[in-house]
Amino acid sequence: MNPTLHAILVFLQTWWVELTCGVVIVAVVPLVAGYVVLVERKLMADMQARLGPMRVGPHGLLQPIADAVKLLIKEDIIPDEADKFIFWLAPVISMVAALTSMGAIAFGPSFQVARDINIGILFVLGVSSLGFLGIILGGWASNSHYSILGALRSTAQLVSYETAGGLAIISGLLLSGTLSISGIVAAQEKHHVWFIFLAPVAAFIYLAASIAETNRAPFDLPEAESELVAGYMTEYSGFRWALYFLGEYANMIVVGSVATTLFLGGWLRPFPNVHWLNWLDFLPALIIALIGVYSIYRAGKQPVKIQTGFMWAVALACFAVAFVFAAPWLIQLLHKFGLAGSLSLDFVIPGLNGAFWFLLKVSAYIYVFMWLRFTLPRYRFDQLMHLGWYILIPLAIVNVFAVGVAMLLEANGLNRWLAMILTLIVVLASAIFLVRWHDRRTESASTASLAPDSYAG
Amino acid sequence: MLDSILFYFFGGIAVIGAALMVTSRNAIHSAVFLITTLLATAGIFLQLGAEFLFIAQIILYVGGIMVLFIFVIMLVRLDVALHHIRFRMKNLVVTIVIAVLGAEAGAIIYYARKLPGQGLFIQNVAPASNLTPNSEKLAQSLFTNYLLPFEIASVLLLVAMVGAVVMAKNKKRSEDS
Amino acid sequence: MMSPAHYLFLSLALFLIGCVGVVTRRNVIVVLMSIELILNAVNINLVLFSRIFGDAAGQVFALFIIADAAAEAAVGLGIIIAFFRNRETVLADEMDLLKW
Repeated sequence: MNPTLHAILVFLQTWWVELTCGVVIVAVVPLVAGYVVLVERKLMADMQARLGPMRVGPHGLLQPIADAVKLLIKEDIIPDEADKFIFWLAPVISMVAALTSMGAIAFGPSFQVARDINIGILFVLGVSSLGFLGIILGGWASNSHYSILGALRSTAQLVSYETAGGLAIISGLLLSGTLSISGIVAAQEKHHVWFIFLAPVAAFIYLAASIAETNRAPFDLPEAESELVAGYMTEYSGFRWALYFLGEYANMIVVGSVATTLFLGGWLRPFPNVHWLNWLDFLPALIIALIGVYSIYRAGKQPVKIQTGFMWAVALACFAVAFVFAAPWLIQLLHKFGLAGSLSLDFVIPGLNGAFWFLLKVSAYIYVFMWLRFTLPRYRFDQLMHLGWYILIPLAIVNVFAVGVAMLLEANGLNRWLAMILTLIVVLASAIFLVRWHDRRTESASTASLAPDSYAG
Repeated sequence: MLDSILFYFFGGIAVIGAALMVTSRNAIHSAVFLITTLLATAGIFLQLGAEFLFIAQIILYVGGIMVLFIFVIMLVRLDVALHHIRFRMKNLVVTIVIAVLGAEAGAIIYYARKLPGQGLFIQNVAPASNLTPNSEKLAQSLFTNYLLPFEIASVLLLVAMVGAVVMAKNKKRSEDS
Repeated sequence: MMSPAHYLFLSLALFLIGCVGVVTRRNVIVVLMSIELILNAVNINLVLFSRIFGDAAGQVFALFIIADAAAEAAVGLGIIIAFFRNRETVLADEMDLLKW
């Protein structure tokens, strides 16, 4: 056989899992991001007491596909004096950075493209910070005032909150002792508790920092419609804008995955070491089957025949997926009756169930993002920068010290929870001090401006 | 064989990016080409087994220093038309001199392979497992043997930060303060 | 890993291209970027020898060089901005305040 062909076959044999995961990421994530947009619009509608997209497909379920088609067939406009090369390059950088950083995320114990890389979390952070380049270059290449201002503001915000988020992650890394993703989840399994309970302030700081990282409300001044038209995305239309948009939502999934891995236990089910809760293992199949039952219930209430058929199709798909999840246990059951011979699908259990729990936690995190978006008003830019540099970064530094001291106390024999609570009190005290100091500062600034103005009539 | 493909791929991108950077008329294009060169260099680090340095290069160099460069280029953006593309003898002489230097150094590297130990006077390359797990080995070395340089580097960064802020600060003062 | 000569050639090429950039370009910012290129070439050499000897000291040194390059870029760009504010130029030919 041709040696080159042989070398290629050997390469495919060793790396087929990683290649498949990579292809899945590139093919599936844009579709998933489109459906995350639909979920956001439906949630927004629900919180605003209306219905959201209902026309395209049953209950608007085909809306993302309609949006994608619309964006694909739109005219491709490039501003007159714009730098064509950079104009083309910027959305590509943004999207590629978001998708590449997904490579190191582990959706389950064995679903990871960069298999067990030594620097897991740092890889995700570093490559997703390459997305900033896409924002700056896009804003500059558009040759328009709004774009450059939006890009500069956006990048300043992203850099500030990346520092705060990185320091918050360091607190979690102190507890786990390793940077690799499977090591972090194994550490949470060893400690029998999710790290959000051991370092809650770090989790909160990372939540705030990740909201600012992805330019979501309440930190979305750079792309708010009433402020800067659309910020750095103003001059982009059609598919280029779709790339930016998808990059932003893919970034949301990435920060959700980092927070889940580090603070929410990754792919572990709740209470992974407690044996009497082992029935929780059946929950994934049960939940999906229940969704199927709900689809059947709603199918009877659809006004149009084709929508009824669609709901039945969704229900059947849910049942098929639930069957795949429950298959290992069914085969175990068949073993008890001596029917299935030597077939055993037990190796599938940790992978599939782990992926389900991971996606559930990431969805919960993204739900909190959306909830905050529809609830809180927008931060002004100077308030935003003040929050990042004056409050979150000092708090994150104090938190790193506190977690270190707590680990030292625990190593010297103090009870872990007592050590954590003591240091938590210290961190909360410093947080209160920082916020009070900020309030006193703004108070004195406003009273200083009320000093008698000799020019006033 | 995968090794050599990766080396030629990253090496080729690095050299081509560097050449394009040095000859590009537009400063932002130069910055973008330097970014590709830095990413290719990070790939070389990864191939040599330095995983932490790979990601440190991406975070610090590309995500930090190049962002700073692009900001400054945007701030001092003069019209490109001011640059008259003149042929200067100095540029040609410099390129020839450096090419000759390069040929000499390249010849040294090429012919030194006949010396014992491939010209490096070592027996053979250490096994790759000496450097794994990479972050832990790096941290062990950094925080025990090289702790003083580490502290000095942090002081240096603090001084540089303060200096850069002071120098780039707008010094206009309002009249009534 | 390829033979050391390959990596030495690569770092030599990057170093020389950086040197050409430093001497040839008029825009001071591009000169600074070429200096960064030179530092990167040196980094490749350091990491290569760290891999050959199995010692992490080379990578530690390379890390310090990256940190140092960051500091130098920040201060250099601060100087350029301060100069630009006074003289409205970033071309090396026109920065001749000390000429007499």
